[in-house]
Amino acid sequence: MILLNKLRNKLVIGALIMASQGAMANLNIFTCEPEWESLVKEIGGDKVEVFSATTGLQDPHHIQARPSLIAKVRKVDMVVCTGAELEIGWLPLLIRRAANPKIQEAGPGYFMATQYARILGRPKTLDRSQGDVHAAGNPHIQTNPKNILPVAKALTVRMTALDPENGQLYQNNLDDFEQRWKQALDGWKKLTQPLKNLPIVVYHASWIYLEDYLKLERVDSLEDKPGVPPTSGHLAEILNKMKTHPAKVIIYAAYQDGRPAQWLSEQTGIPLVKLPFTIGGTDEAKDLFSLYDDTFNRLLKTVTP
Amino acid sequence: MGKTSRRSLVAMAIGLSLVHSIYAAEKAPSQKDIDQIRTELKLLKESYQAKIDELEERLAEAEQANEEVSDKTDNLAIELSQQGNQKAANTFNPGLGVILNGHALSSSKNRDFQIPGYQLSDETGPGAQGFELGESEVNLTANIDDKFYGSVTLAFGEGVEVEEAYLQTIALAQGFNLKAGRFFSNIGYLTSHHTHTDSFTERPLPYEAFLGGQYTDDGIQLSWIAPTQLFWETGFELYRGENFPAAGSAHQGQGVWTAFTHVGGDINASQSWRAGLSYLDAAVSDRQTPLGESFSGDSELWIADFIWKWAPEGNGSIHNAQIQGEWMGRKESGLFTDVNALTHIYDAHQEGWYLQGVYQFMPQWRVGLRYAQLSSNNLPSEFANTTLDNLNRDPQRTSLMLDWSNSEFSRFRLQYSQDKTQPESDDILTLQYIAAFGAHGGHSF
Repeated sequence: MILLNKLRNKLVIGALIMASQGAMANLNIFTCEPEWESLVKEIGGDKVEVFSATTGLQDPHHIQARPSLIAKVRKVDMVVCTGAELEIGWLPLLIRRAANPKIQEAGPGYFMATQYARILGRPKTLDRSQGDVHAAGNPHIQTNPKNILPVAKALTVRMTALDPENGQLYQNNLDDFEQRWKQALDGWKKLTQPLKNLPIVVYHASWIYLEDYLKLERVDSLEDKPGVPPTSGHLAEILNKMKTHPAKVIIYAAYQDGRPAQWLSEQTGIPLVKLPFTIGGTDEAKDLFSLYDDTFNRLLKTVTP
Repeated sequence: MGKTSRRSLVAMAIGLSLVHSIYAAEKAPSQKDIDQIRTELKLLKESYQAKIDELEERLAEAEQANEEVSDKTDNLAIELSQQGNQKAANTFNPGLGVILNGHALSSSKNRDFQIPGYQLSDETGPGAQGFELGESEVNLTANIDDKFYGSVTLAFGEGVEVEEAYLQTIALAQGFNLKAGRFFSNIGYLTSHHTHTDSFTERPLPYEAFLGGQYTDDGIQLSWIAPTQLFWETGFELYRGENFPAAGSAHQGQGVWTAFTHVGGDINASQSWRAGLSYLDAAVSDRQTPLGESFSGDSELWIADFIWKWAPEGNGSIHNAQIQGEWMGRKESGLFTDVNALTHIYDAHQEGWYLQGVYQFMPQWRVGLRYAQLSSNNLPSEFANTTLDNLNRDPQRTSLMLDWSNSEFSRFRLQYSQDKTQPESDDILTLQYIAAFGAHGGHSF
């Protein structure tokens, strides 16, 4: 009988511990890319447990529905991803395999950031002879810092809907973030003045939002067709083009193969710049703020001697 | 005279008087003069500060208005572009995907495929000499409603065949998943994968011998994913039992049941793995060989599988590698009727395994090596000259492949196999293409 009582006490204590753990993190959120992980942290603070499926060194197009990711999606209350077909090769599969009713498409637990941004680069013709084109337009919205705030606001609304108890806290965090972000935007606006109309060569059409924000002029892409690695023929074409339309800088993302860009840089003497693309792409890009600080600083180094 | 020019006149006057005062002060500086300068300077400062404040305020107002307009345009643009998004999504409902798969094969022996000692399904083997269409298929998928997902795959070979057609739940609680219809079993590793995702042209020997390439049939599947940190999936299937290794749809059309469990996870950012254990129990009723022999009885199959994948920092664009292997053990017991209509008591223990490695050594290019082997217990002499006579041999096959992918959607493969399934070894050279178009397929692990 004493033993039974002890056992019951243990069970009660166990249940209490579990309940308190539950109260510590109210929302368990799976994000596809680190920029959204960072944004969720800004809004959710310690009320959320958040995980990013990819790092800044991985290509978000080419991720496999790994067992570890299925196990993660199985337990979450919400997925926060880029959308616009960026994760089409793996997210639908993860969601189907994980059998979690909370995060089904079009439900409240399914949040796609590109739904809250002005989408650029929607192809006029949908044909894969043009490469791996995204029917929904270019998904890489995180390369323009002005796209972050509308996403943050929509995310706060959604998180509040899922966890009304902490709604006020999420709103306060958003207000705080908004203020800091607007300040940062002002700073970047002044900082990036020298980059206006800078002619660039890119690796993949990953940067159209950055080009739009900084008013950069894209001369060419190393990938002739998106998703098809650079061919020697196309590289030779670019080399020729550089004689008549010289670019000032060659840009590639941390996760991309730097060698074709390196080759072009050596052939032309045009400086090569590795940009973080997202958080973790470089050592300096630690959160949303330092992501853009680092991106702009790396570009500025090429125009200011 | 305008307000501004009047102000500048005043300013000039003050300025002049100031200069004058300083000039005077230099001559005869007195406390009175200094005080006067101070007062004048203070007045001047105040007047300019007011003007500066006013201008700054106007500038801020203008910027604010500008930002509001810009915000409004942005919101409008987002709304407009979202309307476009919805259109794009609708064009892909249902998702329609097509796989093209074909090959040309050259074999030094050019013989019918058989593995002495093993009764095979009709569709097994590397294929015929020359050009041949492989498993080319059309796949339609869509969410049916808020609770079900549906998928149909039609395979085009010598005719049209319903390869898969099933309904699957998407919103059962607690990690449960129910599937019904015709679908690939989830036992082992390769069974649930379509052959066009394989790294080699044909399935490894144990799959050919024990599952006819892969087990598919009509039935139901219940699976459950545990709420653990480590991926852990367990499931149970019940099938009609029409297809190899079963036959005859025994037990009122519930001739096969299976159970499987898989665990998996990441070792670090670069390495991930999955391992599993599966069991298939088939009631076999009149499973015929091309010679006209027949087996009825019980067939049990155990499978242990593992796969390990590596890519530096999880980014496989330049280099990546994978190693996978499976072991299968089968026990068949029952009655075997030979071509002379003589019935024998059949009791066989057979085993098979394969191990393969694939390495992408530069973007777009991969090499792979696979070794596969079968072995079985020797049967009594009464089985001599029947299909089940293993000729005291352990069949083996070694394959070497090189493939090139132009993009994620097209792949070309050259494969050489040394096939030692029959006493005389056969050299087989295959050139294969695999291409996908339409809806984007999933990158399964």
